[in-house]
Amino acid sequence: MTQPSGAALEVRRLHLWRGDRHLLRDVSFALQPGELLQVMGQNGVGKTSLLRCVAGLIEPESGEIDWHGAPVRKEREAFHRQLAYLGHVNALKPDLSALENLHYSVRLRRDVERHEMLEMLARLQVSQCADLPARALSAGQKRRVAIARVILSGASLWILDEPITNLDRGGIECVEACMATHLRAGGSILTAAHQSLLTQHARVRVLELQ
Amino acid sequence: MWLWFYKLASPPYAYAMAARLRPWLLWSALILMAVAAYGGLVLAPPDYQQKDAFRIMYVHVPSAILSLSVYIILAVAAGIGIIWRIKLAHAVAAACAPIGASFTVLALATGSIWGKPMWGTWWEWDPRLTSELIQLFLYLGYMALRSSFDDTQRADRASAILAIVGVVNVPVVKYSVVWWNSLHQGPSISKMAAPSIASPMLWPLLIMLLAFMLYFAAVLCDRIRAEILKRERNASWLNALAAGT
Amino acid sequence: MTEPGLMRIVGLIVARELRLAVRHWDQVVQPLIFFVVVTTLFPLAISPSLNELRNIAPGVVWVAAMLASLLALESLFRPDVEDGTIEQWALSGQPLSLLLLAKTVTHWLLAGLPLVIMAPIVGTALGMPMSVWPVLAGSLALGTGCLSILGGIGAALTVAVRRGSVLLALLVLPLEMPVLIFGARAVDLAMHGEAVAGPLNLLAAMLLLCLALGPFAMSAAMRISLE
Repeated sequence: MTQPSGAALEVRRLHLWRGDRHLLRDVSFALQPGELLQVMGQNGVGKTSLLRCVAGLIEPESGEIDWHGAPVRKEREAFHRQLAYLGHVNALKPDLSALENLHYSVRLRRDVERHEMLEMLARLQVSQCADLPARALSAGQKRRVAIARVILSGASLWILDEPITNLDRGGIECVEACMATHLRAGGSILTAAHQSLLTQHARVRVLELQ
Repeated sequence: MWLWFYKLASPPYAYAMAARLRPWLLWSALILMAVAAYGGLVLAPPDYQQKDAFRIMYVHVPSAILSLSVYIILAVAAGIGIIWRIKLAHAVAAACAPIGASFTVLALATGSIWGKPMWGTWWEWDPRLTSELIQLFLYLGYMALRSSFDDTQRADRASAILAIVGVVNVPVVKYSVVWWNSLHQGPSISKMAAPSIASPMLWPLLIMLLAFMLYFAAVLCDRIRAEILKRERNASWLNALAAGT
Repeated sequence: MTEPGLMRIVGLIVARELRLAVRHWDQVVQPLIFFVVVTTLFPLAISPSLNELRNIAPGVVWVAAMLASLLALESLFRPDVEDGTIEQWALSGQPLSLLLLAKTVTHWLLAGLPLVIMAPIVGTALGMPMSVWPVLAGSLALGTGCLSILGGIGAALTVAVRRGSVLLALLVLPLEMPVLIFGARAVDLAMHGEAVAGPLNLLAAMLLLCLALGPFAMSAAMRISLE
């Protein structure tokens, strides 16, 4: 039934209903290691739902999602250990500092040292925010901290929902550089964004939702 | 067996099946009810203690039994729905709730009317009536949770979890209420418990219970059909059916 | 990459919750103040005579504790669901049931344990003799544990619902009634100098049942709420 295609992530014939709406109709795609798939489409076409569905937050009506040839539904926890998800909300506690936020979320997945987190914040150009409570950060700074969490998680599949909202020119460049590094290292990215990302990069494909 | 099960779980089949069964269930329920009412109200002799007041038992006892068993059916259907992802099972659970709640209200009302000649008050914190009241709260909570979700599928699964937690809790509630009551009065006080009732009084009760069960099944058929119509309103088989008639 | 062990995960969640509580201690003490205020209402409504109050004191303390624990449930999951933290937990590859249990246990330490400590003082004000303090505190310790887990299931079910707090009370209170019965009766029996081992054992059994099954119900409910 499933011939090994070498794809990291394979989605076949996915159908999803939200209430009365048949939102995703027969969506299929494959994502190879080192590849970025950008989901595009108008507002309300189901980009976020598709991403949440692949991440395992929503049960699809029908269809299969395979991770390296094995169905995700059967090995949910193993799949989730390889997955980093960034949603619309940043999952930052306003009362904790940026560093504490990273500490409590990344350590659920792996041991991480303080200097590693500081380096990552520096790479995303938010070192000055390390010890500030998250409520004092600007929207763009919060987004960068959330992206730092994704990178630090060490996952090989990133699912990023509108990763560059609220980011300025410099922030977008910075995030694109991180994404390019991740792809070069053999990671995969599934993202929904209005703007085209990584336009110079060879292994970027676009999935247009109708 | 499995094939039959899958066939039954398909909405068009279940829709047609419920329509076919309903008249049989309903008519046999009505006939048995008439027989049991004649037996209970006319043939059975008056109780030497309670006189004619005991006759309300023929409504109270079957509805009290059904109020509990419908909740168990509901929880089992919800469990099947959530484990094997059978949508029809969720529809059955949804259809059970208002029927079960009505039986519970009926049991409470008849119990309270029965209580008036027995205890001299409309309400007594009798263990049966109290656990019946808690049972009503469980039904109301279930229906409230179900109606607070816009999306039917989420409502199905969330309320299924509540039903399962509730059904685990039901024996605990029963036991705790009996224990609570026994501290205040002797355990023999509950006047509704008739450990040995004479057979001329008993057989109409059993027939009435059967009639109530058949009546429940008939109403359930109606409600399942309504649930299927609501859930499958965009399905092609239903449009074909509507166009055909 | 080393996988963190389950105990480390539990420790991490507990540490996080405690740190958040320290920064927001005002929210932590609110249910406790509510508990004291509600018990003050009864002497005002019924009678200042301690002899009369003594009869209803076990019930009053228990009902007030139940309502205070219900009030505290509102802050159990809602903030973390709204800011996306629990979404991240659900995708962390760690068992969600364990994470939610750790969170609920910490919540009990912050909301349930203060009630257990405060209850003897409140009980004394209602005319309870000092001899029932151990039973009162013991029954509340076991009982509020059950209330936290049963309430946690309800909170996980209603967290995605608009204005879920009334619904939460409607769902959770009937489930909690046996806890109230055994808890309040145990204190009542103790005041009359009778044996209390029976109801306390039953409360302990219910707590074990809640601990064994509750986390799975919580995580199943939470996954539905996250959709």
